[in-house]
Amino acid sequence: MYDIIIIGAGPAGMTAAIYARRAAKSVLVLEAVNYGGQILNTPDIENYPLEAHISGFDFSTRVYEQAKGLGAEFVFEKAVEIRNAEGCKEVITQKSTYKAKAVILATGSENRKLGLEEEERLVGRGVSYCATCDGNFYRKKTVAVVGGGNTALEDALYMSDLAEKVYLIHRRDSFRGEETNAARLKERENVEILYNAKVTKLIAEKRLKEIEVTDTITGSVRTIELNGLFIAVGRVPENQNFASVIDLDDAGYVLAGEDCHTNCDGIFVAGDNRTKTLRQLVTATADGAMAATEAVKYLNN
Amino acid sequence: MAMTEVTKETFEAEVLKAESLVLADFNADWCGPCKSMRPMLEELAEARPEIKIVSINIDEEDELTDEYDVISIPCLVVFKNGEEVNRSVGLISRDAIAELVEG
Repeated sequence: MYDIIIIGAGPAGMTAAIYARRAAKSVLVLEAVNYGGQILNTPDIENYPLEAHISGFDFSTRVYEQAKGLGAEFVFEKAVEIRNAEGCKEVITQKSTYKAKAVILATGSENRKLGLEEEERLVGRGVSYCATCDGNFYRKKTVAVVGGGNTALEDALYMSDLAEKVYLIHRRDSFRGEETNAARLKERENVEILYNAKVTKLIAEKRLKEIEVTDTITGSVRTIELNGLFIAVGRVPENQNFASVIDLDDAGYVLAGEDCHTNCDGIFVAGDNRTKTLRQLVTATADGAMAATEAVKYLNN
Repeated sequence: MAMTEVTKETFEAEVLKAESLVLADFNADWCGPCKSMRPMLEELAEARPEIKIVSINIDEEDELTDEYDVISIPCLVVFKNGEEVNRSVGLISRDAIAELVEG
């Protein structure tokens, strides 16, 4: 039995581990893939206090070593369920069951999918969720970006510097993203914006070759030949597995305020998977500190 | 066995003509998830000396990257007798790497 099990080894979960260990509680961190989380994809962090430049990999490695150095245990297994048991919580992974007196959910979020057939198989074969990661592979090629928020606009701008031709496909008639980005895009000669349009089919052999785009007003369908499709339609929190014990909002985020308490006694939440207005590295680590401190209070009572 | 850095010049001998199963890691210096996966691959190389694990830097090896159609990294490709038998894209867990190698 551990004092605290933390689910997720991103910045929020690992900061929670640091705080919990400094309060002399036993800590197990369960992580599905490897420590780091989403910040691993950021080549250069420029907005975290202290370091003017640090890569997401270096940042997370240092936090990981700090947490480990303080005595947090890490196990790389995916947590699939939390159960309220007699006097404790049980966390079930694909391999085992772990017990703790308190749990901190720091599972973060993942890329929202379009939900099209073959989408998963085509990741790395023409479908990508990260223009800054994969953009270089599409120099002088034809690509499409899907979405209407800032990420989509920034991805389209980024790709227009590299690719021969960029389609921007958006299901509405105006963008949610910043006006300056939208204006800049409209000036780019190699960018074609399709409003009121939805990608309705991926056509592929070994890799993606064409997409089918449907006009949401007229219903007319056109086929676009391309090399790459960048999907930037937001992120979804990874809370679905825990919905039986925790209240979520309509978008799937754990309902909790700044104190990181969930509706369930002894279960706390930290980071991007919590309802909040600003999802940044610094707010994730702040949540980790708060959730751990509240968990320690709960244990001491 | 430690991981070997493979280039276009050494690819045939190191990978295609290898007698053992080869796990090729296409990666780049700027790729955080690639760096995250590296220690896991090194552990596997240590634990399973019968498997040859090689690294290919995509920024330096354009031709290999094109030839094997690598358009997203990290990308792990498993070769057996010179043929690709399995592939995965993106950061995956230790267990998933082991499964990929098992086929």
